[in-house]
Amino acid sequence: MPLGIGCTAKPGKSRNNKTGSWRVYYPVMDNAKCTGCGTCQLICPEGCITGSGKTLQIDLDFCKGCGLCAEECPDKAKAISMHLEDK
Amino acid sequence: MTMQIMEGSMAVAETVKLCRPQVISAYPITPQTHIVEDLASIIADGKLDAEYICVESEFSALSACVGASAAGSRVYSATTSQGLALMGEVVFNAAGMRLPIIMGIANRAISAPLSIWNDQQDSIMMRDAGWIQVYAEDNQEALDLHILSYKVCEDHDILLPAFVCFDGFILSHVYEPVDIPDQKDVDRFLGPFTPYQRLDCKDPISFGMYATPEYYLEFRYEHDEAVKRAGEAFKKHAKEFAKIFGRDYSELVTKYRMEDAETVIVAMGSICGTIKDAIDEMRAAGQKVGLLGIRMFRPFPSADIRAALSNAKRVAVLDKNISLGAKGAAALEIKDACYGMNIPILDYIIGLGGRDVKISDIKEVVKLCEAGKGDMFYGLRQEVL
Repeated sequence: MPLGIGCTAKPGKSRNNKTGSWRVYYPVMDNAKCTGCGTCQLICPEGCITGSGKTLQIDLDFCKGCGLCAEECPDKAKAISMHLEDK
Repeated sequence: MTMQIMEGSMAVAETVKLCRPQVISAYPITPQTHIVEDLASIIADGKLDAEYICVESEFSALSACVGASAAGSRVYSATTSQGLALMGEVVFNAAGMRLPIIMGIANRAISAPLSIWNDQQDSIMMRDAGWIQVYAEDNQEALDLHILSYKVCEDHDILLPAFVCFDGFILSHVYEPVDIPDQKDVDRFLGPFTPYQRLDCKDPISFGMYATPEYYLEFRYEHDEAVKRAGEAFKKHAKEFAKIFGRDYSELVTKYRMEDAETVIVAMGSICGTIKDAIDEMRAAGQKVGLLGIRMFRPFPSADIRAALSNAKRVAVLDKNISLGAKGAAALEIKDACYGMNIPILDYIIGLGGRDVKISDIKEVVKLCEAGKGDMFYGLRQEVL
């Protein structure tokens, strides 16, 4: 993305900022364990869990690694685990 | 040319009118008050077709100017001291958004202790904000620098805001003969404001967006490059200004009797007038003294200063400000510019909070400098310490 003088931007450009670079831990979704309850999707402050049913996907371009999804995933599933970024 | 005897503030207001700003927003504060009072009258009397936005603080005044400038208007504000301090956050935003706002600064000391009197601590406090800073020696220069600054700042290769600084009371409240330019000449020089980009409902953009760590460093680099370019742009537009108005400001530093000067005084603003008189007396007594006046403080004209001081034997820098715990702002920059030249550069903190600086004081500073004494507050009243 070239710099606009005065840091200007047209609408809809915020998706160009890959805010996932802030992350220390990244979540991994085990779709085999997922019950499709959708709690992680609702709790994600970044709205970066997409899909439906048991085929949810986490967009790591924008996930900041807060871990709320892993924390709130119900005990009977525990389909999401957090892992240290290797960078 | 018609010379008129006029108060500095009124001359500035009359000149701002000639620049045809479309939006003015300011909050009155001593010693800037007369400027905004006069501009409010000028608009109320129908002599200038502009919006005067009344606000409840300086923070709002500059915020209104930021919005109006982003919307594509030529804007003006003026302030001083505590007002500039209150604007602080917006000062940096206006520069980062690259909005060509012109703001007059009637230089005044900063609280505490409260002082309404002149020094240059207020604008110096904002030296790192990314605005152009120019300092006038007299009222004619103060009003001319307003016109010139619009031209430089609106240049699409620059796109920066500028402080036009002139000493509070010493210039703002003093009646001097001035030549107020003709409207048609100002129109010819400036032309209408053509924004590089602007807020437009039909083609929306946002200003001053969020920059991630991957971009922020590059934005600051490009901002710094634009400020550095402003020196050459100022020289170029000042030459065009001289052709139309007959007054040449194309040097970023002013020189007075520098030809064979062994002791050079460096100073900024109205104090240069007093120094010139002192130099005339010292020259008559056989002393080889000269003055290097700093017209532009940001960008700092390091190369021009280094060249001008190449034959000096010693330099006395008069600073009407201090970076507490270090030195005066001008001295710090001049020592940097002259690194490796091996001449003593001594700093004198002088005239803070409205303390008068007289011809005898300038002579005393030269005496101290020739004796190798400096990097000090000049004129401390030992009996109250």
